[in-house]
Amino acid sequence: MDLQNVPQEGNKTLGGHRKAVYAKDAGGHIVAVASKGWEVEEIVTSQAVEEMRALAETARQNAINGLSSPLEYWMYARRMDLLLLAQSTGIWRWRIRRHLRPEIFARLSPNLLKRYAEALGLTIQQLQRLP
Amino acid sequence: MTFAHHRHAAHCESGVVSNLISHHGVPISEAMAFGLSAALSFAYLPFIKLSGLPLIAYRQPPKSIIKGLAKVLAAEFRFETFRTPVAGQARLDELLAQGHVVGLQTSVYWLPYFPEDMRFHFNAHNLLVYGKEGNDYLISDPIGEQTVRCDAVSLSRARFAKGVLAPKGLLYTMQKLGVSTITPQAVRKAILKTCRTMRAPIPIIGVHGIRMLANKVAKLDPAAHASSLFVGHIIRMQEEIGTGGAGFRFLYAAFLQETAELSGMAVLAGFSERLMVIGDGWREFALATARMVKGRDAMNPTKLADLLHSLSEQEEVFFRDLKMAVT
Repeated sequence: MDLQNVPQEGNKTLGGHRKAVYAKDAGGHIVAVASKGWEVEEIVTSQAVEEMRALAETARQNAINGLSSPLEYWMYARRMDLLLLAQSTGIWRWRIRRHLRPEIFARLSPNLLKRYAEALGLTIQQLQRLP
Repeated sequence: MTFAHHRHAAHCESGVVSNLISHHGVPISEAMAFGLSAALSFAYLPFIKLSGLPLIAYRQPPKSIIKGLAKVLAAEFRFETFRTPVAGQARLDELLAQGHVVGLQTSVYWLPYFPEDMRFHFNAHNLLVYGKEGNDYLISDPIGEQTVRCDAVSLSRARFAKGVLAPKGLLYTMQKLGVSTITPQAVRKAILKTCRTMRAPIPIIGVHGIRMLANKVAKLDPAAHASSLFVGHIIRMQEEIGTGGAGFRFLYAAFLQETAELSGMAVLAGFSERLMVIGDGWREFALATARMVKGRDAMNPTKLADLLHSLSEQEEVFFRDLKMAVT
């Protein structure tokens, strides 16, 4: 890649930051140069972000309709999945799966709620509610 | 308080370690740190999942740059992990009070200064802490152009995140540096190691790994949503996650160019040129994939697989020639 080909397209997923990429300058030296971003990266990053946003939104609708607990929404809102939430809390996946059911979530002990809240970076009050 | 050796880098670990060594009096470039530790690689690890997608790495596993470089430069690093966040923070404060610049492994997700869309649960990020003011740590994160601040609660959370590659509060300091000049022998050894890795007779590593990934891509269903996520994920690993472009190929080319100036190594200049061309091929693969993800071109797994096969073949020849040239 030559210096003049370094993308400066203003990738919105970088939030105004610039990243270092390596390219050849006019004298043939390979140098680090700050790039405002490449559309290719924006496309694939947005794809991943959108995917997680969609999961969270579905979970939010399910929670509103009483089909799942707010825990499912918060899990996806924190960009986690069942596996990572299990690893972060030390609670087995099958137990978490049960806790995604609203009637069971409503009866959770304060201790379990605290473990979930800590892993998700929330207060217990926030965890029990949708935003 | 400022940190004189903050330099913007493509990759967190090579950036952190080259800035740290520069801080200890031996100016070393990011590319040199990356190349000397033989960090270039390729690995397709279908049994390690990140958000349900396989781990695809264009470099050696985390910590190998620090450890590899420590070996070449006879440097001593001290690594410490902690059971509890309280102990981890206390030790960090103690080291900072003693005037150390401290390296940390953290999760990306819990760092508030990261752009929102870049905050994924990736646990092998590296940064340097060079001071503390009030409740804020002063941080040199080589991914950023400037140094930043991070509050104690967020930093602690980032250091003790769980999951794949959990950092367990890992911190490291440099104790001493044994060697301050880079010899052609050390360079030769590092290059041979990379050639060995890239042509290792293991199906998931190096050029064989690229081929295996190509075969996996070829079998994707063009109509499935999951296929689009899968190929998009490859490009994120290759371009977005601080690789300096083309999955570290440009960075390694910079290393080859820099070492070509050492005595008797002039032949490497030509290899640097060749690797830049291969890197451009990786960028073309990224562009073709992104166009399909976006729907500008029809999803065509066969075409993407062909591009990967071609890259695998080019790298096979490249690393074979490179090995002949340095032995």
